[in-house]
Amino acid sequence: MRQRTTAHRRNTLWIAAMIHRLSGVALAVFLPLHFLALSLALESEARLDGFLTWSAQPVVKLAETGLVFLLAVHLLGGLRVLVIENLAWRPAQKQAAIAAAVLSAALALTFFVRLI
Amino acid sequence: MNVKLYLWQRLTAALMAPLIITHLIVIFYATANGLSAAEILGRTRGSLGWGLFYTLFVVLAAIHAAIGVRVVAAEWTGLAGRSLDVLMWGCGLLLLVLGLRAVIAVVVP
Repeated sequence: MRQRTTAHRRNTLWIAAMIHRLSGVALAVFLPLHFLALSLALESEARLDGFLTWSAQPVVKLAETGLVFLLAVHLLGGLRVLVIENLAWRPAQKQAAIAAAVLSAALALTFFVRLI
Repeated sequence: MNVKLYLWQRLTAALMAPLIITHLIVIFYATANGLSAAEILGRTRGSLGWGLFYTLFVVLAAIHAAIGVRVVAAEWTGLAGRSLDVLMWGCGLLLLVLGLRAVIAVVVP
């Protein structure tokens, strides 16, 4: 009987692939809400303004920071995949994946600091 | 995922990359002084450029997300065959309709 192992889940690139997948799912769930919020402008400018005033709460700003991270990490992780698939192989894949996550976190942190 | 879906997934990803970078820059720029409807609509309403930008963005995102959801559902749920196609098309059309409605909301004067 084959024994199942989870050792691969500690591999940096497996974690990078999982982050890419989860960030993609999260963005797909968020997008309809984003579109519905913007569509409030169809009713009136005041309705959209009301929503934007509500979104000034700290907890919403924190959520927006998370979304900036998700978008950035999905973009950078996706670019890494496109580079692997279309250009010559480069050995430093783990470093590239870590750099993508760090840069995304730095972007999100910068966004949050500017927001508060 | 078949070859056709794989190619659509990669094509939409490559085309969206510059759009996402632009979107992130706009997010940073727009939120610097607090978001308001006047600021958003002042930038987008009546703008052919932003209208085309966001329309393309919505179409690409709808295709990309729908295929991505199909892949995740195939691997993580018991769905298979036609159910996956229904999920993919449902997800894609929902995002397309809601997205284009949002574009109309912020671009059409």
